[in-house]
Amino acid sequence: MSEYLPTILPLVWAAILVLGVFIYVLLDGFDLGIGILFPFAPNHDCRDKMMNSVAPYWDGNETWLVLGGGGLLAAFPMAYAIFLPALYLPVILMLAGLILRGVAFEFRYKADTSRWMWDAAFAGGSTLAALIQGAAVGAFIQGFDVKDGAYAGGAFDWLTPFVLVTAVALAAGYVLLACGWLIMKSDGELRDWAYKVGGYAIFAVAAFIVVFSIWTPLAHEDIAARWFHPGNLVMLSPVPVLTALAVVGVWYALKQRWTYLPFLLSILIFMLCYTGLAVSLFPFIIPPEVTIWDAAAAPESQLFMLYGAIPLVPIIVGYTIYSYYSMWHVKDHSAYH
Amino acid sequence: MFDLDPVLLARIQFAFTVSFHILFPSFTIGLSMWLLVLETMWLRTGKAIYLETAKHWSKIFAVSFGMGVVSGIVMSYEFGTNWSVLSHAGGNIIGPLLSYEVLTAFFLEAGFLGIMLFGWNHVPKGVHLTATAAVAFGTLISAFWILSANSWMQTPAGYEVKDGVLHAADWGELIFNPSFPYRFAHMVTAAYLTTAFCVGGIGAWYLLHNRNVPHGKVMLGMALSLFVWLAPTQLLLGDMHGLNTLEHQPAKVAALEAHWETGRNVPLILFAIPDAEEEKNNFEVAIPGLGSLILTHEWDGEVKGLKEWAPEDRPNPMIPFFAFRIMVGCGLIMIALGLVGAVLWLRGKLFTTRWYLRAMVICWPIGFVAVLAGWFVTEVGRQPWVVYNILRTADAISPVPGGSILTTIIIFVVVYGFIFGAGLYYMAKLVRRGPEATPPEPDEDEVDLSRRPLAASGNP
Repeated sequence: MSEYLPTILPLVWAAILVLGVFIYVLLDGFDLGIGILFPFAPNHDCRDKMMNSVAPYWDGNETWLVLGGGGLLAAFPMAYAIFLPALYLPVILMLAGLILRGVAFEFRYKADTSRWMWDAAFAGGSTLAALIQGAAVGAFIQGFDVKDGAYAGGAFDWLTPFVLVTAVALAAGYVLLACGWLIMKSDGELRDWAYKVGGYAIFAVAAFIVVFSIWTPLAHEDIAARWFHPGNLVMLSPVPVLTALAVVGVWYALKQRWTYLPFLLSILIFMLCYTGLAVSLFPFIIPPEVTIWDAAAAPESQLFMLYGAIPLVPIIVGYTIYSYYSMWHVKDHSAYH
Repeated sequence: MFDLDPVLLARIQFAFTVSFHILFPSFTIGLSMWLLVLETMWLRTGKAIYLETAKHWSKIFAVSFGMGVVSGIVMSYEFGTNWSVLSHAGGNIIGPLLSYEVLTAFFLEAGFLGIMLFGWNHVPKGVHLTATAAVAFGTLISAFWILSANSWMQTPAGYEVKDGVLHAADWGELIFNPSFPYRFAHMVTAAYLTTAFCVGGIGAWYLLHNRNVPHGKVMLGMALSLFVWLAPTQLLLGDMHGLNTLEHQPAKVAALEAHWETGRNVPLILFAIPDAEEEKNNFEVAIPGLGSLILTHEWDGEVKGLKEWAPEDRPNPMIPFFAFRIMVGCGLIMIALGLVGAVLWLRGKLFTTRWYLRAMVICWPIGFVAVLAGWFVTEVGRQPWVVYNILRTADAISPVPGGSILTTIIIFVVVYGFIFGAGLYYMAKLVRRGPEATPPEPDEDEVDLSRRPLAASGNP
C-alpha cells in the first residue's frame, strides 16, 4: 500500500461526502422549504400544487441523507461516533420529522376526513427537520467537547443562541430555494405568491449571511485568523464578493420575474456559503480539534469503499439528473390524486 | 429520581426500531420475487389473471416498501446515536459493509422501482420485467450486505485489532464469515415464507368470502406450492444454522435450550421458566436424551451448559428460550399447513375446505412472528457481546444520558405507532378492494410520478 494513501484517502472521502451532503442540502432543501411554506399558501389548490411539484422527487432526495450517514460511518467512523451522540436528541427529532413528512406524501391523498392530519404532518415534519439541520450546522461550527476520541459533553450543550439563529437561517435558505423551485414549476396565483415570498426570503437570507459573517469570526479567533490573514484575504475575497453579487442577482431576478435565475442564483448562494464554511473549518471534521485525518477510517477500509464508489456514485448522480430531466415538463401532477 | 440504565434503554430503543424495520424487508424481499415470478408467468402464458394479480400486489408492495425506506433511514443513524463506541471501534469494518448496501442496493431499487410500479403501459414488456427483476435482486443484495455485517458481529473473522480499533485484514473472510452463509439462507428463506403466508392467507380470505375467486386460487395455489417444500427446507437450514451456532456461539445455544449444566445425553426441554438468579429451570417439562440428538446429531453428544460461563459472560436465557420455541412452533405450523394443504390439493379440495382456508387466514402473519422471534433468539442470545468475544454491549454505548434515550423511545413508539396504524389500515383497504379485472390505463402524469414508491397504491 502506498505510503501516501493515509494522507490522500481522507481528502478524497471528505470531498465525496462534502459533495454528497451538498447535493442533499440542495435537493431536500427545496422540498423541505415547500413543507415550511405549506401552511402559508394562499389556498387549498396551491397547497395541492406545491405538494405535487415535489412528490416525484422526495424519495430520491432523501437517499442522499442515507448516503451521508452511511458514508460518514464508513469513511470517518470517529466523527460519526462523536457527532451523533453529541446531537442525540435533535438528530432523532429530525428523523421523526422526516418520517412524518415522508408518509404524509403518501397518505394525504388517500385520506378523506383526516387530510388535515397529514397536512400538519407534512408542514410540521418539514419545518422540524429543516430547523434541526440548521441547528446541526451551527453546532458543527461551534464545535464539540471531545475527550479521548469520544463526546464528553451534555445532552443540551449544542443549544446556544448561535445555534438557534443558524436553525432559522437555514430554514430561510430552504424557503428561498422552495420559492425558486415553485417559480419554475408553477403558474398563476401560486407563482405570483412565490415571487412575493421569495422577495422576503432573499432579504432574510442576506441578513443572516451578514450576521454570520460578523458573528462567526468574532466568536472563533482561529476562523478570523484564517480569513483575515494577509495572504488569504486576497485569495478568499471572491467568496464574499460573489455572494453579495448573487444576493443582488436573486433580488433583481425576482423583481424582473425571471423564471430560472432565482433558483439557479439561490443555488449559487448556497454553494458560496458552503464554500465559506469549508474554508472556515477545513481540515476539521469535528471542530475544534479533530481533523479528517484523525477521524479517518483505516486506509484499507477507505480504499475498499472507493472501489465501489468510483463507478457507483457517478451512476447515481447520472440517474438523478436523468430523473429530473425526464420529468421536467410535467407541470400538472393532478392526475396523481 | 430513579436511575435510568442507558444500556438497557438504548437496547430497548434499538430493538424497537429495528424490529419495526425488519417487518417491511421481510415482506418485500419475498414479495418482489413473487411479483417477478407472476410477471414472467404472464409473459409466458399470456393469461391476464397473472397480470391482474401482479398489479394488485404491487400496490401493497409499494406501501410496504415506502415504510421500509423511512424506517431504514433511522437505522443508518442509530449506530451512531446509540452505539458510538461500536461505530468508532468497528467502523472500519461495519461502515464499508453498510455503505456497499446503500451504493449497490439502494441504487438498484430507487432506479427501477418507478418503472416497476408505474411503467406497465409505458415501457416495453422486457424493460418492465428487467425493472421488476432489478428491484427483486436489489432487495436480495441489500439483505446480503446487512446480514454480512450482522453475521460478522456474531462470528467475527478476517479482522485484526490495532490500538483498540478493529481493522479489516481479509475482506473475503470478513464478508463471508462463518455464520453468514447460514444466516443469509435462513433469513431469505424466512422472508419468502413470510410473503407466502401473507399471499396464501389473503387468497384464502378471498375464497372464503367468495370474492375474486380466480385470483384467490392463484394466490393460495402459488403460496402453497412454495411453502409446502420451503417450510421443511427452512427446518433443515435452521438446523444447520443451529449447528454452526453451537460451534461458534455455544452460550447462545445453551440459553435458547435453557441448559444450565454441561453434559452428554441432555434432555430436550419443552417448557420451563428459566431462573437466571438461581441458575435453574422451574416448571420444567423435558424429553430425556433428545436434546443431545437434536443439537449434536448424536445420542451422547456433549452440550455445554450456561454454567460453563461466568454469569457476566453469558446471556439470560429467558428471552432466547421462549423466542426460540415460538419460532420453531411457527415453523412446525407452517410445515403442517403445507402437508395438509398438499393432501387437500391432491384430492381437489384445497379451495373449498373451509376450515383449512380459515386456518390460512388466521396464519397470515405467522412469518412475521417467526422472523421477529428468530431475531430475538439470535440478538439476545449473543449478549453480553455486541461484537462476539471482542466488544461488550455495555461498553459499546454512546455517552448519552438515560433521560435522552427514554425520551426518544417515547417519540419512536408514538411516531411508529401512528404511521404503522395508518399503513396497515391502508394496506387492508387495498386487500378489501381486491384486484381489478380491467385495470384502467394510467395516463402520462402518473408515469412521471415514478419516483414515489407509495404513490402506486393511490391511483383510483
